[in-house]
Amino acid sequence: MTELELDLVNGWVEPELAEEFPELSLVHTTLDVRPGPSPREVKQRLRMLADRYTGGKVVHMRQDPVPWAYRVFSRQVGIDPDHDRTPVEAVALRRLKDGGLHSENVVDDALTVAIAETGVPLLALDSERVQGELGLRLGRAGETLGETRPLSSRQLVVADRQAPVALVLGEVSEAAGVTPETERMTLCALGVKGVPRISLEEALWCAAETLYT
Amino acid sequence: MPDVLDRPVASELTLAPTDERAARRTLLDQVAHLETELGQVFCSGWPRKDMAPPLVAGRGGGPRLLSLAELEELRDDLADRVSDARRALSDRTWVEDQNRRLIEEMMLAPEQHKWRRVSAEDIGERGCRHWHVRPRLSFIGMFMGWWRVVVSSGCPLAT
Repeated sequence: MTELELDLVNGWVEPELAEEFPELSLVHTTLDVRPGPSPREVKQRLRMLADRYTGGKVVHMRQDPVPWAYRVFSRQVGIDPDHDRTPVEAVALRRLKDGGLHSENVVDDALTVAIAETGVPLLALDSERVQGELGLRLGRAGETLGETRPLSSRQLVVADRQAPVALVLGEVSEAAGVTPETERMTLCALGVKGVPRISLEEALWCAAETLYT
Repeated sequence: MPDVLDRPVASELTLAPTDERAARRTLLDQVAHLETELGQVFCSGWPRKDMAPPLVAGRGGGPRLLSLAELEELRDDLADRVSDARRALSDRTWVEDQNRRLIEEMMLAPEQHKWRRVSAEDIGERGCRHWHVRPRLSFIGMFMGWWRVVVSSGCPLAT
């Protein structure tokens, strides 16, 4: 097995947003991988991860440092984390409701594994459909996410140099998301106050290793 | 004197950007602190199943930079929920304390608590265990006043 190397890039953060949330960050990396069904090893890893969850652990997850940091951030940007769950809590609830973490495809599975292992929210984009450097900014009046989803002028988005590509802690634009034709993908990790940079790196490494399995 | 009278007063009354930033920072810190408290109270409720999660509605419109007024409103809502959740938990633990005391009394004087039954859930614990005051030797015990506390062995096995 060849040694995996990742080129981790710090995304830009709009000054107004950085002023409000000084520790907000986006770290991303680009991988030469194509989506497809998950290999047996990844499915096995999902099964092992699923075995770790219990009701008590899921309830107390909100007191663990990393999930707690994302809950607080959700609250500060107007989201109710008990309604719109943070990614790590969403994975845990999916495990409890479905009785397991069922495999979907290698990209979603890699994100699930990395999120469950580290608690850091990740998103995957099609590198060819992203124009220039990625970063975090506020939505502008009249902007849309993709072609249809209107954005308010104060909404927090992940954007390239031209347009928003995803909502922070939310959905990915259909114009930038991974498709079966994707040949290179960009993985992004969102950092907030209370989450050390090493956790973001660990999440990206974990997802990349799963994708290269 | 005219210098004093001509001074623009309105600019002093509006919130300067630095003041607003400081106010926002304080509100964000308070929101973080209250969210922590809310989480602690919620987790203290485990494993009680009938405790409602302390919900504080989102502000709507997805993740966005909230205005100062919205942050204040959010802080107040969170403070109310923390207080409600604490009160609900406190009421519940008081009832559980009473039930624990009842178990002790049942153990000491079962004949004074005939047929009374207390479950693990009634004292805030997990499992299907329960304490039940029943007569020894069925009808004979009933007529003779031979009462005892039977502690069930746990949950039935899954089929």
